Amino acid sequence: MAVTEKAPAAAGPPQPPALSPRELLRWAWRQLTSMRTALLLLLLLALASIPGSVVPQSDVAPVDVARWKQDHPDLATVYEKLDLFSVYDSPWFSAIYLLLMVSLVGCILPRTAVYLRALRTAPPPAPRNLGRLPAYTSVESGDAPDVVLERARTALRGRRYRVSTGDGSLSGERGYLREAGNLLFHVSVIVVLVGFAYGQLFGYKGGAIVLVGNGFSNSLTQYDEFAPGTFFDPDDLPPVSFTVDDFEAEFLTEGPQQGQPVDFGADLTYVETPGDEPQDYHLEVNQPLLLDGMSVFLVGHGYAPEFTVWDGTGDVAYRGAVPFLPQDSSFASFGVVKVTGAQPEQLGFDGMFYPTYSFTMERGPFSVFPDALNPAVSLLAYHGDLGIDAGEPQSVYDLDTDAMERFEKDDGGMFRADMAPGKKVTLPDDLGAIRLDGWKRWVKLQVSHTPGKGIALTGVVLALVGLMGSLFVRRRRAWVRVVERDGRTYVEVAGLDRTTAGEGLDDEVRELAAAISGRSATATLPEDPAPEDDRKADR
Amino acid sequence: MTTEQFASFSDNAVMFAGIVYVLATLGHVVEWAATLARPAAVRSAVETAVPVGAGAPAAASSTASPEDDQRSVRIETAGRIGVALTVVGTLLLAAGVVARSFASDPWRVPWGNMYEFTLTGALGVAAIYLALLPRMRLRWMGLFVTTFLVVVLMLANLTLEQEAGPLVPALHSYWLVIHVGAAILATGAFAVGALTAGVFLLKAGVERRGSTRLHGLLEMFPSSDALDRLSYRLHAVGFPLWTFAALIAGPIWAEYAWGSYWNWDPKEVWAFITWVIYAAYLHARATAGWKGKAAAIIALIGFATLLFNFVGINFFFGASSQHSYA
Ligand code: HEM
Repeated sequence: MAVTEKAPAAAGPPQPPALSPRELLRWAWRQLTSMRTALLLLLLLALASIPGSVVPQSDVAPVDVARWKQDHPDLATVYEKLDLFSVYDSPWFSAIYLLLMVSLVGCILPRTAVYLRALRTAPPPAPRNLGRLPAYTSVESGDAPDVVLERARTALRGRRYRVSTGDGSLSGERGYLREAGNLLFHVSVIVVLVGFAYGQLFGYKGGAIVLVGNGFSNSLTQYDEFAPGTFFDPDDLPPVSFTVDDFEAEFLTEGPQQGQPVDFGADLTYVETPGDEPQDYHLEVNQPLLLDGMSVFLVGHGYAPEFTVWDGTGDVAYRGAVPFLPQDSSFASFGVVKVTGAQPEQLGFDGMFYPTYSFTMERGPFSVFPDALNPAVSLLAYHGDLGIDAGEPQSVYDLDTDAMERFEKDDGGMFRADMAPGKKVTLPDDLGAIRLDGWKRWVKLQVSHTPGKGIALTGVVLALVGLMGSLFVRRRRAWVRVVERDGRTYVEVAGLDRTTAGEGLDDEVRELAAAISGRSATATLPEDPAPEDDRKADR
Repeated sequence: MTTEQFASFSDNAVMFAGIVYVLATLGHVVEWAATLARPAAVRSAVETAVPVGAGAPAAASSTASPEDDQRSVRIETAGRIGVALTVVGTLLLAAGVVARSFASDPWRVPWGNMYEFTLTGALGVAAIYLALLPRMRLRWMGLFVTTFLVVVLMLANLTLEQEAGPLVPALHSYWLVIHVGAAILATGAFAVGALTAGVFLLKAGVERRGSTRLHGLLEMFPSSDALDRLSYRLHAVGFPLWTFAALIAGPIWAEYAWGSYWNWDPKEVWAFITWVIYAAYLHARATAGWKGKAAAIIALIGFATLLFNFVGINFFFGASSQHSYA
């Protein structure tokens, strides 16, 4: 039934007519490069950018991604399929902006051709009835027509009109730079993307946490996270090495913003190529170390408590500093200690480091100040299997407690190892002991190399220049006609704005008329003795 | 003066600015009330000849009765008082913002936290409005702008107030001045533009449907064509500023501070979204079928993303954004 009802409805949605493949291709190309498609693609690009701001991105925050996956095990696989953890290099995101680029090129090329043709074409001759144009005025002049016309030419040229001469009239056009600016802007968008893509493909970005006092040499194994571009070969890492000699942080000790950092910086000694003299550099935020082929940035800092752990057999199973990650502005920091070599069972700890420990019944333990004035740790302890051999790569900042058991006190309460530096706590059941030996600071360094920066920067600057031209240059046409009537000379001036938001056209026409006639008072042109019917003349 | 004195001077100046803006709002309320009380025939004759606030002689006054003349004078006076008070309030606000710079030692730009961003943002809106008022004949929006400023200053004081202090190290850079300065100016232009686009939508709707209850009220505004043009010009001012702030100064600074010029940090993503949407707005204005209403809606969406970026990111993504200084 539905079919019979539908049949007579001939006026359905417009079907593309039956086309040959070539015509179809041309039709598709025209669709793709139409202004409407560009607009829709732009809106789509905006929409597609949103998920990447909501879901953590593995390039930006790998730790957050790992945590997120742990918290949402069901969704994680779905999200992964949809590339939601790496939106900005996913196929679907790339598809949108590649289509936009194709559309852009398809748009620029024909428009450039049109523009070049327009550049070589003279401004159109004066319409018959100038009075119908949006801006119009007429003035009487005491001079002879050719004198006036010559003056008109000068006046138009002075206002940077391009002038062509008609019969007793002049046509002027200006503002060609508007379209040039628009084309420049759109070309520059492509330049920026090329520069950006080049950097993404041939550059790299890595992050490393380095303990103060330790060194770093620029090779893959030294990085905690490393995101190479598709075509970047890790063998090309420049052979730079450095040590972090010192780190200082200063915090406000009083006032309402107490605890806010004032300054922090690290002293480095670096060797650019093996064999060079070591050099010193004071690294701060906003003050990176710029070397050939790599730059080093200070992006964070924190504490690394130092522990000694004894296992159930009484041997020292671990000794060293473990970076803890700051959780808030007071630098209360979370971290884990994994003692893989402990016998008879592996040991694990997780908990907090408080640089300036304090305790209240309501809040429990917390840090009142980011500097290490009264450091302490509070750890939970586990024994069992750390799961490190299971093959799944593990984050050093997370403890997999699936196969571990938490230590409990004899009365069944939670066992906690709360320690100030120097204090040693024995684990229940003779399974070992742990001591907080002290603490060190660490710095988080970002090392990166982004070739093509200059291209992208040039692109954006050109884009801005083009944009200003495209938005603020006025495209305008003006016509001047000199008429002799009853032995007097009249000048007619008319103008037309060719941009959406012309302002001041009337003023310009009035000023032109005054300049040309040499007078400022307008004079109505007397009726033509034989008025032509120019109603049909188009304007 | 000591830093504490600067701080309390700043607080006082901002408070007085708020009070003066309230008075300015009242001036515009009187202007509106008097205009609306005018008989409709006279009203529309005057309004079509001269947009409110053009400051030009009322072209239709020759046909109006002396009573109407008197009322016109009253409307004009109330409006002028509103604008004058807005100027005073803006000077006070500027003084407050500048004093805030000196309320910490060493002095710094007053753009260190949400409270200060909001103050400066309000100053940006006021400055853009006042700067463009004579050229673009913006007096019809006086009531809205002053009301907006009152509300923003109140919110800033009630919910965001933070005592003055030095900047966190991440902000130690002159790029802060350039980047945030341009972003604030752009925000001002976009805010005034969004207001215009919103009024345009109302007015265009009414013009299409003919007379409604809102008709009398909407005669206060310029014609929908004029509003559309105005909206375009405001966005045309805002867009290059935003391009510079978000896509040039921002990346250059990010490169210095964080080691890569574009990180897809939530704040960057939303700045990009805003930029793309405003680019779409400019396109829509040149696309058949999208001119006018659809374009105005896109402009409003653009402004919504801008506001969300300003306020929302700090609340929703606070911890994960490198831009969170709240
Ligand atoms: C990356 C994508 C693009 C961006 C960011 C972009 C941005 C812009 C901007 C900001 C303007 C405003 C300039 C003005 O109003 O004068 C503009 C104008 C214009 N764009 Fe695009 N555009 C893009 C892609 C395209 C594409 C694919 C086309 C081809 C269909 C196109 C065609 C135009 C045209 C014809 C104008 C002039 C409109 C006018 O006369 O006002 N654009 N574009």
